[in-house]
Amino acid sequence: MAVKAAGQAASPSRSHDEPPPTPQLIQLLTPEGERAEHPDYPLDLTPDEIKALYRDLILVRRIDFEAIALQRQGELGIWASLLGQEAAQVGSGRALGPRDMAFPTYREHGVAWCRGLDPAKLLELFRGVSHGGWDPKAHNFHLYTIVIGAQTLHATGYAMGIQRDGALGEDGEAAIVYFGDGATSQGDVNEAFIWASVTNAPVVFFCQNNQWAISEPLDRQTRIPLYHRARGFGFPGIRVDGNDVFACLAVTRQAMQAAREGQGPTLIEAFTYRMGAHTTTDDPTRYRLSAELESWKLKDPIERVKQYLIRSGMAQESFFTGVSAEADEVGIRIRKACLEMPDPDPLSMFDHIYAEPSGLLEEERAQLAAYLSSFVSEEAAR
Amino acid sequence: MTSPAAGKQNAGKLTLSRALNEGLRKAMENDPKVLVMGEDVGRLGGVFRVTDGLQKDFGEDRVIDTPLAESGIVGTAIGLALRGYRPVCEIQFDGFVFPAFDQIVSQLAKMSYRSAGHVRLPVVVRIPFGGGIGAVEHHSESPEALFAHIAGLRVVACGDPADGYAMIQQAISCDDPVIFFEPKRRYWDKTDVDLAGGVAAALPIDTARTLVTGTDVTLLCYGPMVRTCVEAAVAAQEEGKSIEVIDLRSLSPLDTETIFASVRKTGRCVVVHEAAVTGGIGGEIAARVSQECFYHLEAPVLRAGGYTTPYPPSRIEDHYLPDLDRVLDVVDRAFGY
Ligand SMILES: Cc1ncc(C[n+]2csc(CCOP(=O)(O)OP(=O)(O)O)c2C)c(N)n1
Ligand SMILES: [Mg+2]
Repeated sequence: MAVKAAGQAASPSRSHDEPPPTPQLIQLLTPEGERAEHPDYPLDLTPDEIKALYRDLILVRRIDFEAIALQRQGELGIWASLLGQEAAQVGSGRALGPRDMAFPTYREHGVAWCRGLDPAKLLELFRGVSHGGWDPKAHNFHLYTIVIGAQTLHATGYAMGIQRDGALGEDGEAAIVYFGDGATSQGDVNEAFIWASVTNAPVVFFCQNNQWAISEPLDRQTRIPLYHRARGFGFPGIRVDGNDVFACLAVTRQAMQAAREGQGPTLIEAFTYRMGAHTTTDDPTRYRLSAELESWKLKDPIERVKQYLIRSGMAQESFFTGVSAEADEVGIRIRKACLEMPDPDPLSMFDHIYAEPSGLLEEERAQLAAYLSSFVSEEAAR
Repeated sequence: MTSPAAGKQNAGKLTLSRALNEGLRKAMENDPKVLVMGEDVGRLGGVFRVTDGLQKDFGEDRVIDTPLAESGIVGTAIGLALRGYRPVCEIQFDGFVFPAFDQIVSQLAKMSYRSAGHVRLPVVVRIPFGGGIGAVEHHSESPEALFAHIAGLRVVACGDPADGYAMIQQAISCDDPVIFFEPKRRYWDKTDVDLAGGVAAALPIDTARTLVTGTDVTLLCYGPMVRTCVEAAVAAQEEGKSIEVIDLRSLSPLDTETIFASVRKTGRCVVVHEAAVTGGIGGEIAARVSQECFYHLEAPVLRAGGYTTPYPPSRIEDHYLPDLDRVLDVVDRAFGY
């Protein structure tokens, strides 16, 4: 038992042919709200476009807050908060065209918002009323996938379909798939990288590195920056400031356009932070220091946009109060939708298992119906 | 390395989560080759706190927060076992064992056979299983029959804290791979656990346990349904029916001796599990009981269990899961022949 398993350092000469390049972070808006330029990612946004992004960020955060409150009040079984990851999700989500297809995890409420999915649908899932149940084609937004990493292969296969349909070109289609830092360890994710590379599939791998996989910090998954991994698989990898909505928008736009035009996959590592608990059942005080959270609060994804809007004179106080009032309305609306959500009919558990009704399932449905009505008649008899 | 509970040994009741924790701790103290590995088992102590404090006391070499990959967890556990270690893998939830299914079925289960007995793999794969906790998809499943179908694996389920404490230690000291199911909705149930007693005197892990003796019907169950079935026996008593409740504990191999002896006595047999009845453990038992106890049976072997559906959304899970009423309903039917 002499060997120390954790923290063992391979000699640098063995682990790298050349010294690793220092990670490059694409940033177009600093935490202080200063606009930065990057030669590879020019971004021209009108004041209205910037205000629209700000509105998205605020509304998405408000939806998240409302959902956490609903969970605390016992109205949802659980909620996976996106707090801190709004810019990564809104920036990338707004980079998509209507015909692009997005494959989310369970935390992509901001992307869902950008795709036009009613947030009440998300509440259904977390309330335990459905397993999702939305039509992925309605908003080109696939179902939430809870099994870590599985959706990366689905997105890659979907992208292979785009190739076969001849839907590439300047105004072609591409797929984007979301996953976390923890997910990068899964076999499925690595297989997706290989498939996408070998087939040159039009798919963008959007990894939100929020530094944590429940209680496990990033160093349990990797010893190199995650975006460096792409190179080994044979496609470009980029690290973007995941708390910078401008940079996330610009970088994702470019990667999606490259994919649409037949230039193959890109890995985007959005460097961000999970500011809340993993889910409402998690207690992060057991495994991380609050100082870390405090330092990330200074890089808040929303505050910097607000500062930029104020300093550049693009928005006045009335704009901010207007957005905040709208956020309250959205909060009230989804709360109402949640509280009014009926429990599903127990007999609906037999629906949609196969394309056609099956004899056995219909028999079981009838059994349960008879069993349930036996209680009703017992009550009536009393 | 003293156990935090050492001062209050025999002092009484422990939760199942805590009893398993104490069992793991004992096994680690007794054998330096025992390792614990899985997602969030270290500093967090596991999402159900079963490994709470173990990393602090035994170090990161022995309690390993692994990368997020179940195939990797089981595959590397096999390698560690080849090197003489006894890894205890935690799969965070039932629905997440499937990325490891290939390693379990094609490697873990078959290495002894492949090597003509030269290689033994004393790997334990712990899986919190079952529903009733209001969770989202993949967090409430009962996949035990999939493993019981595979030769070379021992498949067990503990039903209460005392058994959990003993069985986890027995599983770790067993030279075969053991798939160890823990009823997650019972993690916070408490019973007396004899921490000082040691496991030498405990019931062998492959033996069923008769919890309630009765004369009219044999109720077979395991894991989360153990408590439900004991409650059913009490309720039936009031109606004048005498139910014998047997906790199977081992699902593969099955303790058919205990099962057959009971059914020959009662003449009726009902098997209860949360898992779908279709293709479940109950079907296997029904076939064997029908064959071996045919002339003693007053009624066909009946089953209470999940429907042939995926696990439903949690707001209607109570209609999927067999509860006291559903168990008694099936018991009543066994008297209708
Ligand atoms: C295959 C699988 N194993 C385990 C889990 C349990 N689990 C849910 S989320 C999570 C951590 C995921 O971390 P990461 O990929 O970084 O995404 P994040 O939650 O940080 O957004 C784990 C282990 C799961 N959902 N699926
Ligand atoms: Mg993460």
